[in-house]
Amino acid sequence: MSSKLRAFTCLVVLAAAVGFVGCKKKTTTPMNSTAPYSGAAPTAQLTATPTSITAGDQVVLSWRTTDATSISIDGIGAVPSSGVKTVTPTESTSYHLVARGDGGSADATARVTVAAPPGATAVPNDMNSTNLTEEEAFKANVQDIFFDYDSYDVRETDQSSLSKSAAYLAQHPNLKVLIGGYCDERGSDEYNLTLGQSRAESVKKALVAAGIAGDRLRVVSYGKEKPFCTESTEECWQQNRRAGFSLDR
Amino acid sequence: MNAFLRKFAQYLPGVVVVCAMVVSSAGACAQDQVFAGTGMGNQRIRLAAADVKPVGNDPQTPQLKTVFDATLFSDLSNSGVLDMVSKSMNPLATPGSPAEIQLAQWSAAPANAAMVALGALLVSNGRITVNGWVLDAKNAGSPQILGKQYTDNASQDNARAIAHRFADDIIARLTGINGIAETKIFFVSARTGAKEIWMMDYDGQNQHIVTHMGSISLSPRISPDSSRLVFSSIGKEGWTIRMYSMELGRMVGFPAGVAGGSNFSPAWAADGSRIAFSSSRTGQSEIWIADASGGGAHKITSFKNNSSPVWNPKTNAQIAWVSGRTGEPQIYTMDADGANVQQMTDGGYAVSPSWSPNGQYLAFAWNRKYDPKAAGAPGAQDIYIMDIASKRWLQLTHDAGTNDFPSWSPDGRHLVFQREIGHRVQLWTMLADGTEQHQLTEKGANSMPNWSWK
Repeated sequence: MSSKLRAFTCLVVLAAAVGFVGCKKKTTTPMNSTAPYSGAAPTAQLTATPTSITAGDQVVLSWRTTDATSISIDGIGAVPSSGVKTVTPTESTSYHLVARGDGGSADATARVTVAAPPGATAVPNDMNSTNLTEEEAFKANVQDIFFDYDSYDVRETDQSSLSKSAAYLAQHPNLKVLIGGYCDERGSDEYNLTLGQSRAESVKKALVAAGIAGDRLRVVSYGKEKPFCTESTEECWQQNRRAGFSLDR
Repeated sequence: MNAFLRKFAQYLPGVVVVCAMVVSSAGACAQDQVFAGTGMGNQRIRLAAADVKPVGNDPQTPQLKTVFDATLFSDLSNSGVLDMVSKSMNPLATPGSPAEIQLAQWSAAPANAAMVALGALLVSNGRITVNGWVLDAKNAGSPQILGKQYTDNASQDNARAIAHRFADDIIARLTGINGIAETKIFFVSARTGAKEIWMMDYDGQNQHIVTHMGSISLSPRISPDSSRLVFSSIGKEGWTIRMYSMELGRMVGFPAGVAGGSNFSPAWAADGSRIAFSSSRTGQSEIWIADASGGGAHKITSFKNNSSPVWNPKTNAQIAWVSGRTGEPQIYTMDADGANVQQMTDGGYAVSPSWSPNGQYLAFAWNRKYDPKAAGAPGAQDIYIMDIASKRWLQLTHDAGTNDFPSWSPDGRHLVFQREIGHRVQLWTMLADGTEQHQLTEKGANSMPNWSWK
């Protein structure tokens, strides 16, 4: 369809929709009707992938709605009834979608947690402050584990960090954790998915051994698909060889 | 030509050493074995492609003729089995049928053609029709090798498609092996902001997106009958293997691919009945096999860090794959029930096996001098092919970027692969002896190619 024809068609559909709503207002509805609107109720779904990033990373929002004529996402504006959009939030954000139609309205929310990039001071000095969000407190107390080249063994020097993380998780038994396994840029996409898997499994095993229930710990491998930095340097490669913790919602 | 000789001389000593070490009943050198198996060493046929003769007055004719002539010449040149007469050496006449051609002009210098392809192109009533012939230039008495008519709705895409069909018919008639001009390449592209699965014609034309997962999708593998595409994609539940119906234009179910853990790197058996893949549903990445319908999933390895399976397309009873069971990843083969494990590579960092259509070779990516502690950019990783019976190998790429994910063409004469230079990754093709390397994609980041089976 040419773009002109498409625009015209949209206008016609919009006019018809507006006209239809206009007509509806003139119709009297019985006082005891349980359905003040006619037409199917809209549905709305919104997902953010991933739900946990480091500042600077991108997030893909994906949404689908049915029976809606007006769809918008807070902070973005009007959007089509279904679609995909890449966003780069710099702080933790709840994306809220509202879909309105003749049958009523529906909404959906997707939350993205944004951690400061490595090296930045992400933790306020007062760690006991009740103003810390659950995510901030979690990040401060459950620290990522870094690995040697092509290795998935937890270093001796990281044992105490893991103990602290286990203690924190024991104190907050309602928290569920997602352990992501990451690799540096070298090597193959497919093989690095197995290496990331082994890193995350290694850390999960250590936490289970420290008394945390296995069903609180979910493991996913990102291989080299979600790097924390992109320079081809020793420092950056080390940053990327990690098991990263996030709250699993 | 000098550059080629210099490159050849660079790896010639290695090849000579390999030749000297081989002991085989035929007494053939490893390089000859490679060439014979891939058909590369056979004498190329010298063919002249005449521009087609335009027929009639339809205004679309000149444009469609230009597309047809260029596509046909490109397809025949890409085949790897022809020595194409360059167009500037063609006689000036444009014969539209065997009756109109003076074969002696074409078999004489400067063309010196052994075969001539010619035809006539007509556009009429919205239809394009091409009558094409191949003639034996040295056999004036009975020259016709091929004579065929092609017709479709008139459009540039169809002019290209008809040229592809004619080229494939020519290659099939002259060599007995189907041409690749109608084949497709599936790949990963990040040019829309998220890694999705794309496809294109084998020559890089007609690149278009297939999936809209909105996350990260990897490792596309098209089924042998081109009806279904499997790939891995990350969602809320982790990595799952998804299946897309090319015929229905939508996702279809593959229950074996969504069973928990990380599921990725799927591979079709050549009869389309089973899919092998890597799954960590038991806690570590092992090779699993399931029916293509998604049932019957069972595990065939037990040593963790296993990925990238590929089936022997001749027997459907053997699998090559990557395992890190001894440290750095190496290429192994085993029977499809997990028995008879053989290690194929002997060190370095070896990944991404692809099994040749004739069952004889593995192509894969190898960094033989892999040293993770070495400072500087990621080391040189190149495409190699290995004769499975003898484990003799041939290095195909040299000193150019980090090369990975080779995939054989169905004629066994070409490979498509990815090459990363700096942080830019693109797809390249080459003949199976490493010659005629050329870049196929330009826009965005393109990786993980998979050549269709037909």
